[in-house]
Amino acid sequence: MYRYDKYDQAMVDTRVEEFRDQARRRIEGKLTDDQFKPLRLKNGLYLQLHAYMLRVAIPYGTLDSRQMRMLAEIARKYDRGYGHFTTRQNIQYNWIKLEEAADILADLASVEMHAIQTSGESIRNVSADQYAGAAADEIMDPRPWGEMMRQMTNFMPEFSYLPRKFKIAVIASDTDRAALRWHDGAVKIVKNAAGEIGFEVYAGGGMGRTPVISYKIRDFLPTDQLFSYFQAILRVWNRHARRDNIHKQRMKILVLELGEEEFRRQVEEEFEHFLTLAEDFPQAEYDRIAAYFAPPPFETGLSEEIDRSDPDFALWVDRQTVAHKAPGYAIVNISLKPVGGIPGDISAEQMDLVADLAERYSFDELRATHAQNLVLPHVRKADLYTVWQALDEAGLGAANLDLATDIIACPGLDYCSLANARSIPVAEKLSERLAPREAELGELKIKISGCINACGHHHAGHIGILGVDKKGSENYQLLLGGSGAEDASQAKITGPGFDEAGVIDAIEKATDVYLRERADGERFLDTYRRIGMEPFKEAIYA
Amino acid sequence: MLEVLRLRDDEPVDEPAVTLDAFLDQSNAASVRIEAGDDVRRLLPVIDRVRLVEIDFPKLRDGRGFSSARILREAGYTGEIKATGDVLVDLIFFMRRCGFDSFEPNKPFDPEDAQNALDRWPHVYQDAADGRVPIWKLRHGNQG
Amino acid sequence: MRILTGNDLKTGLVIWWTGRDWSIHVEDAVDVGDQADTILAVEDAACRVNGGYALDAEREPGGGVRPAHIKDRVRAYGPTVRPDLTLKPADPEAGNWVI
Repeated sequence: MYRYDKYDQAMVDTRVEEFRDQARRRIEGKLTDDQFKPLRLKNGLYLQLHAYMLRVAIPYGTLDSRQMRMLAEIARKYDRGYGHFTTRQNIQYNWIKLEEAADILADLASVEMHAIQTSGESIRNVSADQYAGAAADEIMDPRPWGEMMRQMTNFMPEFSYLPRKFKIAVIASDTDRAALRWHDGAVKIVKNAAGEIGFEVYAGGGMGRTPVISYKIRDFLPTDQLFSYFQAILRVWNRHARRDNIHKQRMKILVLELGEEEFRRQVEEEFEHFLTLAEDFPQAEYDRIAAYFAPPPFETGLSEEIDRSDPDFALWVDRQTVAHKAPGYAIVNISLKPVGGIPGDISAEQMDLVADLAERYSFDELRATHAQNLVLPHVRKADLYTVWQALDEAGLGAANLDLATDIIACPGLDYCSLANARSIPVAEKLSERLAPREAELGELKIKISGCINACGHHHAGHIGILGVDKKGSENYQLLLGGSGAEDASQAKITGPGFDEAGVIDAIEKATDVYLRERADGERFLDTYRRIGMEPFKEAIYA
Repeated sequence: MLEVLRLRDDEPVDEPAVTLDAFLDQSNAASVRIEAGDDVRRLLPVIDRVRLVEIDFPKLRDGRGFSSARILREAGYTGEIKATGDVLVDLIFFMRRCGFDSFEPNKPFDPEDAQNALDRWPHVYQDAADGRVPIWKLRHGNQG
Repeated sequence: MRILTGNDLKTGLVIWWTGRDWSIHVEDAVDVGDQADTILAVEDAACRVNGGYALDAEREPGGGVRPAHIKDRVRAYGPTVRPDLTLKPADPEAGNWVI
C-alpha cells in the first residue's frame, strides 16, 4: 500500500501543528465557537452528545497492522477502549477531549494517518471497493486512483469552503461494492473500445433529506484529465449553489435545479478552461503511486483444500469468504455485527487481534467497508481455519455477510447530536429477532438511520429504517426496495411510522411476505421489485 | 492588530470600490467590489481598466470568493485583489493561493497569527493562482 | 424549570449550570428562570462552557432533574447501549429513565 514520502509526511505534520495552534487559540478564548467550528470540522472533530467525536480518515478503506494498532492505542489512551467503523470506511471515537485532539492527530501522523476533511463542508474521504487488489472482477486495482484523488483533494485552496460536503469514490468493476451512485462525485474505471483505461464519471448523488442517485455526466474521461474535470465540477457547484439554506446546498440540488444537461454543459465549459491551465497530475505521478499497489508476492502451488469437518467453520467459510483472483487465496470478511450487538463497534483488543491477523495472514493489509465491517484481503485457504478460530474467540466470528443480521446502523441518538431517535437498540433487537431465520432469508441488507441525514444509508437499504421525532417520542419510518449496489435504487416508505417494537414487528411481517411470495433464487429485493409495495403494505398494516 | 494586511509593494489604489453593475457602466472607475453572488467573469471584457477588486466574504464559510479570485488571475489580471468581510486569519493562506494579495477583515488580525498562517505550509499538493510548485512537480524533477 | 447545559470546552463533557458553576450531574442543575441568555453570555465569554443552551426540565420527587427532551436525557446519562460508559453504570434502571 501507499507510503508517504517526505512531502506527504510534511503535509500531515504541518496540519497537526496548524490544528494545535487553532485549538490553543480556542481554549484561550481568542477564537469563538463560530470561528473554530469550521476549522475543527476540517480535522474531523465534532461536538457530539457526550463529548467531542473524532473521525479518522481511512483513505479508500485501506490500512495496515501498524495503523490498526495505533487506532487501538488511541482508543485505549484517549478514549474508552473502542472505536466505530462508519459507512464511509472511516473510524470514529466518541469520547475525545479538545485539549488532547492535537496529540491524537500527531500520533496518527506518526503512522501516516490523519483526520483531514473528514467532516464539514469539505471534500471528504475517498471511498473504494474493499476487495480492491484481490477481486477477480476488477479491471485494475482502483486504489492508486484513490490515492491520487486524496492528494488532488486535500487542501484545495479554491474548494475548501464549499456549499456543503462532497463525497467521492472510485471503483474498477461492474459490481459496485462502494455505493458509487450515492456519491457527489465518483469515477468508475473502464476500458474503451481501443483498450484504453479511462473513467466513467458520475455526479450529483447523495443521501440525506433529498436522496438522489448520481447520473453519468461523462462516458469516458482520459485518466490524465481527472484533476481538471474534478475542478470543473467543483467550480460550477461552488459558484452557483445556494448559500442561504443548508438543506439545499449539496451538489445534487444544483443538478436537479439546472437539469442534468445544463449542469453537464457548464461543467464541460469549465473543463475546457481548466485544461488550458495544465494542472493535471502527470502519468509519472500515477506510475509512482501505482508502484505501491503492486500485487503482494502471492505464493503459487498452494492447496485449494479446505477441511470443512467443523460445521461452524464451514458455515463461516461459505458466508464470509469470497473468491480471490490468486489461486489458493481467499478474501476474508470480518463481521463487526455480532447478533444483538452494536454494528460497527470494535474494542481495542479486537483491533489488536485483527492487526495481528493481517500482519501474519494477509500480507499486512486490512480494509474497512462501507457496511461497517472489515476485510482481510489476501488469506491463504490453508490459513482460513486458524484465522477463523482467532476471530471466533475474539467475538468477531459472526457468519452473516449481507444477511439480515449484517445491519448497517448510524450511531443515532445514543451518540449523535443530530439524531431524532436511537438506531442502535433497534439494530440490536432486530438482529436478535431475525437471526433464527437469517439463513432462510438470504441476502437482506437492512440499514438504519437515526435522522434525515441518512448516515445509516437507509435510502439504499433493501429494508431501510428512518428514526424521527414524533411529538417528542422516538418513531420509525419503514422503507423498502433501496440498493447501494450497481442496481442502485431509492427505498420507498411503506406508510405511517411505528414505535420501536412496532417497526421490528413490521419488518418481520415483511420478511413473511417475502418468504411466501418469492420465486426461485429471488432475494428480498428482487421479490419486492417484482410484486411491488402493496402486498408488503397489506401485511404490515393489517 | 492588523486592520489591513497588504502583500503588495505598489501604491494602494486610492479610490472607493463601486459595485459591479456601476463599474461596468462607468468607463473611468478603477476599483470594483464583487459580492459573493456576483459573476466575476462579467469583469473580464474590461479587466484592463481594473486596478483593485474587492471580493466580499459575507460569512466565513461562504467560499465563493475563492473561485472569483482565481478566475481573475487565470484571466491574467495582475492588479490587487482584496478580501473583505468575515475573513478569518486561518483562511488567508488558501486565499493567497487563489490570488488574494490584500485583506481587510471585519475583525482585525493578530499579526502573529497572520504571519503564521502565511508561512506555515512548506508544500502544496496542487497548482493554484500563486505559482507555487505542487508536490507532484517536485517529485518528478521540475523545480518550478 | 429552565436549566442550562453545554459541553466543557476542553474536555467536551456534558455540563449543567448549578447556579455558581458547572457540574457533570444533571441533578445539580438549577432553575435559571429568564436569566439564561445573561448567564450563557458570561460563561461562554469566559470559556467555561461551549455550545451552551437553555432547556425545559422538571424537578423529580426524589430531588432529581429530568430534562424534557430525550436527547438531553441521553446527554445527562450516557449512551443507553453502553451502560458501562454512563454516569450510572451500576444502576440497571438508569437506562429506562432516559426513555
